[in-house]
Amino acid sequence: MKSETKIRLQQLFPRLLLLAVLAFMIILLDRLSPFFLTWSNMRNILDQASLYIVLSVGMTFVICSGGIDLSIGAIVAMSGVIMAMCMKAGISIGLAICLGLASGAVIGLINGILISFANINPFIVTLSIMSVIRGTSLLMTNGRPIYGFEEAFKFWGSGNIGPINPPILISLILVTLGILLLTSTRWGNYSLVLGSNEEALRRTGVNVKLYKTSIYVFCGICAAIAGFIVCARLNTAEPLAGWAYEMDAIAAVVLGGADMRGGRGSVFGTFIACLVLAVMQNGLTILSISSNYQQVLTGIIIILAVAVSEFKRRNSKASVS
Amino acid sequence: MSETQPFLQVKNIYKSFGHVEALRGVNMEAYTGEVLALVGDNGAGKSTLIKTLSGAVWPDCGEIWLNNQKYSRLKPKQAIKIGLSTVYQDLALANTRDVPCNIFMGRELRCGILLNKKAMYTEAQKLIGNLGIKIPSLAVPVSILSGGQRQGVAVARAIHQGGKILIFDEPTAAMGLVESAAVLKLIKNLAEQGFGVIIISHNLEQVFQVANRVCVMRQGKVVNTVRTADVCAQDVVSMITGALETNSNLN
Repeated sequence: MKSETKIRLQQLFPRLLLLAVLAFMIILLDRLSPFFLTWSNMRNILDQASLYIVLSVGMTFVICSGGIDLSIGAIVAMSGVIMAMCMKAGISIGLAICLGLASGAVIGLINGILISFANINPFIVTLSIMSVIRGTSLLMTNGRPIYGFEEAFKFWGSGNIGPINPPILISLILVTLGILLLTSTRWGNYSLVLGSNEEALRRTGVNVKLYKTSIYVFCGICAAIAGFIVCARLNTAEPLAGWAYEMDAIAAVVLGGADMRGGRGSVFGTFIACLVLAVMQNGLTILSISSNYQQVLTGIIIILAVAVSEFKRRNSKASVS
Repeated sequence: MSETQPFLQVKNIYKSFGHVEALRGVNMEAYTGEVLALVGDNGAGKSTLIKTLSGAVWPDCGEIWLNNQKYSRLKPKQAIKIGLSTVYQDLALANTRDVPCNIFMGRELRCGILLNKKAMYTEAQKLIGNLGIKIPSLAVPVSILSGGQRQGVAVARAIHQGGKILIFDEPTAAMGLVESAAVLKLIKNLAEQGFGVIIISHNLEQVFQVANRVCVMRQGKVVNTVRTADVCAQDVVSMITGALETNSNLN
């Protein structure tokens, strides 16, 4: 048996590796371009990352619990459309935002109920719900975008709060909240235990279905917040907004060290992974490399990251037993 | 038999699944401070009996008396609350989680809405220490612990839940010699500390090593209860197979 610190280090390894990758990228890009390390560019990166982060925090909990949520991209569109329609109907901005966020919670609730009470596979449930939600948003808008909102609403996408902007602030708050929830509350702990051994948790008398459902509600709310940001930033509610965002979120969560089988994952890891992806995107733009390479690179980085941490995990297991 | 009042009494329990009569009027008693072994062939009804005690299965009729309180149907949470804790064969551990998380699963210590990790860590250390089990670091995922250590974690959870009667379902199945010995020692230790222990086992050699009494089940009934000191393994085998008919079997 190894010493405690060594074991702790081993558990932190995926996150440390990711931090090293981030540091390496920053140093490299700083060497290659004098513009990279300016505050306005840093703000750009954070702004870009904020959307990933908001989506991925919710997805982290879902993946930790051994599930998946493919409907978040559609929720982004749906919540934006609902906010826009409410505002166009003369409902106050605050209430419109609340209704939009509530729609995300309701869709999450439907996902959760179908998954935990009707016992249908999360992949199937959220895939179908994704299709239903996307279709509904198109029907509600006749496929046309809704645009032109009041300043007070646009502020949440492109305003300024000191040196940062509202999306960055929202994402930082959500990350802090997510870290606290996952590591230090019963709810977060159960998310991980659900992904590790659901039956064991049920046998201790915990209402497993309720906890599982609430995780999807949380993820739905996160997606709706992302929808709010997108809508406010573009000053447009698009029924096709958020296309394939679920894939970006899954990528970030996995890159952040979470295990798709559930039971392992960290919000901090997800946060760093989002920064890595945003820095990469920004770097390629600065170096005027075609953004098509970004897709290729993202895929390669994820496979490498997962392969390395899986290899490390197996090795550490073998050396102990 | 001990003169004291039995802590747990099972009276005339019946349970059928469709046409299969799994339990046909089971009577059993368990005392604190002793190890009771439940033996019998496959399908004799041992697991069903245990499940009625842990609340996983509701008996069709019959009574469970615990500490002079009568219960006809137990829910899982209620069973744990009144002191009947089951250590399952699969141990029901969350493999990716650390030792305190597993011990306190379902009954986490908190201050406010946040988990009190420090208190759980120290408490876990105490619980594991009292069991005489050595785990170098409680912060490791339990998947990398040995079979004996994992059993210890599961037992620590049962004790923390307030278990007075600890039920073990095949505790040494799929374990090597050294690990089995550690688990048997742990079980004996528990009885000495005043817990009532019920084990289901197919391994008669181990039963005779740890148990004070043996309860033999056959075809949904308890056919005989004997003290291990009074019989030999051969007798018990005859009771299990039915070669040795007993008065309770003749009605």
